[in-house]
Amino acid sequence: MTENTIDQPEDRVPKRVIGTPPPTEAILKDERAHEPEALPGVQYQDPVSARKAEKAVALLFAIAFLAGIGFIASYVIFQVGTIEKTSTSNFALGGTLTLALLALAAGITTWVRKIMPKYSMIQERHPMVSDSDTREYVKETFLAGANESGFVKHKLLRRTLLLAAAPLGLAPLVLLKDLGPLPGNKLRHTVWGEATKNGKPRRLITEGTGQPIRAADFNSPGGILSVVPEGYEHDLNALAKATLILLKFRPEELKSGTNLNWTHDGIVAYSKICTHVGCPAALYEQTTHHILCPCHQSTFDASDGAKVVFGPAARPLPQLPIGIDEEGFLVAKADFNVPVGPSFWERGDAEHEAREKAEKA
Amino acid sequence: MDTPPKAIAGVSTFLDDRLGAGSFLKRNLRKMFPDHWSFLLGEIALYSFVVLLLTGTFLTFWFKPSMGHVMYEGSYEPLKGIMMSEAYASALNISFDVRGGLLIRQIHHWAALLFVAGMMVHMLRVFFTGAYRKPRELNWLIGIGLLTLALFEGLTGYSLPDDLLSGAGLRITQGVILSIPLIGTYIQFFLFGGEYPGEDIISRFFTLHILLIPGILLALITAHMILMWVQKHTQMPGKGRTEKNVVGAPFYPAFMAKAGAYFLFTFGVLALLGTFAQINPIWLFGPYTPADISAGSQPDWYMGFLEGSLRLMVPWEINLFGTSGGTIPLSVLIPALVPLGIIMTGLALYPFLEQWVTGDRREHHIADRPRNNPHRTSIGFAAITFYGILWLLGANDEISANFHIGLYETTMFGRVAIFVGPVIAYFVTYRICLGLQRKDAEIVSHGVESGVIKRMPNGEYIEVHTPPADDILAHLRGKKEIPIIEGGADREGIPPKGARSLIGRLRAKMSRAYGTDRIPLEEGHGEEHVAVGAGERKEVH
Repeated sequence: MTENTIDQPEDRVPKRVIGTPPPTEAILKDERAHEPEALPGVQYQDPVSARKAEKAVALLFAIAFLAGIGFIASYVIFQVGTIEKTSTSNFALGGTLTLALLALAAGITTWVRKIMPKYSMIQERHPMVSDSDTREYVKETFLAGANESGFVKHKLLRRTLLLAAAPLGLAPLVLLKDLGPLPGNKLRHTVWGEATKNGKPRRLITEGTGQPIRAADFNSPGGILSVVPEGYEHDLNALAKATLILLKFRPEELKSGTNLNWTHDGIVAYSKICTHVGCPAALYEQTTHHILCPCHQSTFDASDGAKVVFGPAARPLPQLPIGIDEEGFLVAKADFNVPVGPSFWERGDAEHEAREKAEKA
Repeated sequence: MDTPPKAIAGVSTFLDDRLGAGSFLKRNLRKMFPDHWSFLLGEIALYSFVVLLLTGTFLTFWFKPSMGHVMYEGSYEPLKGIMMSEAYASALNISFDVRGGLLIRQIHHWAALLFVAGMMVHMLRVFFTGAYRKPRELNWLIGIGLLTLALFEGLTGYSLPDDLLSGAGLRITQGVILSIPLIGTYIQFFLFGGEYPGEDIISRFFTLHILLIPGILLALITAHMILMWVQKHTQMPGKGRTEKNVVGAPFYPAFMAKAGAYFLFTFGVLALLGTFAQINPIWLFGPYTPADISAGSQPDWYMGFLEGSLRLMVPWEINLFGTSGGTIPLSVLIPALVPLGIIMTGLALYPFLEQWVTGDRREHHIADRPRNNPHRTSIGFAAITFYGILWLLGANDEISANFHIGLYETTMFGRVAIFVGPVIAYFVTYRICLGLQRKDAEIVSHGVESGVIKRMPNGEYIEVHTPPADDILAHLRGKKEIPIIEGGADREGIPPKGARSLIGRLRAKMSRAYGTDRIPLEEGHGEEHVAVGAGERKEVH
């Protein structure tokens, strides 16, 4: 049957008709005779197209079945163990699973849309509020119960009950106390200030290779070196505060922000831990001497005491006093004079304090 | 089929004898579910959650939430012999030495992204159609609770594999916690069991991620569903649809089958993504160390707006007590708390603020078309713009690198746009809403273009307009007036009691602005078109 009519309102004037109109009545009169009696709002599908759809749905279900078998087979056939094997197994398992799920979903959807009737049924809706009789009954029952229980009358009972509940309510909080130690002044110090076993100053160690750094050999104009403390190369808690970046400057490049007494032959060490929220400030731009933290792009001028030139960090990266030991290796002369890393409530203006101390000394 | 099969009849009788399930089913088998594409958005989130539970349970069978140090001896060659945490080693093990492990891990991650995305678009749908209005305010609040919890669920899950990227996220979390005034340091030490990173955080996050938060999520989702079921779904305005009925397809069999298929579609698409779209390739990042980071580190998308707001912030920090403490790192505290606070608090309060402004205490079951409440829609788009700018700027390094724009320029742009953008969005949206309303009003009063050109007796050509189809007309006429509280002065020039105070006057003013219908629908002139059809001369619009 060709579609001659198009969607248009009943009373449209003039009517639009394309092609030859079909006969107004079904040619096979009993075409719809076997349909069950429809409820109001239930409109059955055309049986011819429903039969067609049935085949399509059955095909989709069959595909889902085969893909499901394929999934199980893939699990048995494809082993893992190398990158290539894992990749193959992943594609086989995932591909078959995807196909099975999507074919099943498409089948059911086609079933609902092409075989089940079209629904436009109506259900009544009632206001959420309960009727006044019910409310009145609940109110009276509540009052009756409250009075029967004596909760209102016996003040002493009420108060002692509250009293009894209070410590029990606090108990869980108390129990959580041992989740961690108190902060103390742990955030103010790093392992650079701790004495080594042999009493010598702590050496700077190249991260990764684990080698100490001979000052005479260190030359990295343009690069930065990531440095960790000797003896704590793999201690994450220590590294989270004590990791350094090491740079070498020509004497004329260093500006007043950098403490020259804490450098050795143009070599400067700054904390690598960003003063914003603690990411490692790991990027360096040679031409501008800018250190950039990749997390939130706080930018520090390495030639000028790592002062902030852009971004959300509010304080410069602290500088570590360094020197050399008798063998010519770079060592820490003291701990940082201010807390490293992100700010915290107890920190205060440690930079100001350090400056005052230095002036007095 | 005239009688139920014996097996079903037997079981039903058994259950009904013991539970009285019959009367429940009598009421609910034919529960109506109205149809509209936008009603399916929340289902995406629901089904993603189911997939998350399934895949997550699978992952726990192999994952070891421990920060103890081990040497990697699995089958991923490049990392062999490297010291790492047991958590990272077991995550690698799931990826390379468990059949289907990589697939399930990737589906899990994709499902997490889709879960939050589904919740957010669902929330926007509910907001813009006013479906949060009485009696559904409680379900709206539950939804906001779900969204907040989902962010924490994502954050804790993201940190578990303990690779370099996940550690960067954890480090930022720690820095943010430290910035909390007065108690930040203590919270950090309690949460991490001492100094960062410590040895406890992975196992603690694991418990939060697989037990506590999903448990609460599951309970709240159940409550969300029950309330939806009891209050019945809202419907879009249309033919035969009123505030007192629900028109749609019955739960049994049509909606049930559709929902089942929709779950399979969601799962299928997630499986497709998990198979072909690589996500979080942890083996490329290496084990976590606080000393290193890879450039271009990006959080999962739903955390992007917090990342962006941290990046946009200016370097403010104050020391209340000078050198002796009281440090408030505003450059961390403000971006971490304020945008999230504005968005979540604003969402939670909106239904109640709107009620206060409009004085509208009626129940609403017919959803608004967004254009028909232009101020609400504009506020929504201002909020989307606010969120969107933060989100976009969370990737400003990628934008800078890929589009060759200066990094700092993107930041400077963002610092201005975050204030200007929402205002522009508000006014543009408002104008668009009025324009769309005008279009509706025109269709209602003059009909639609029929495509039929008619030559008039005087030689003039006109296009005949016909009245719109019934259902379209009913849809357009579904526009409902927004109540305005009484605020004007009476005949003697005395304003009503509530509108005399400063707040009262402001409320009355806002109510007028919010509720005034600038483009009222007019009655149609349908008879004109008939007249034209009959050959009479008459002006047709």
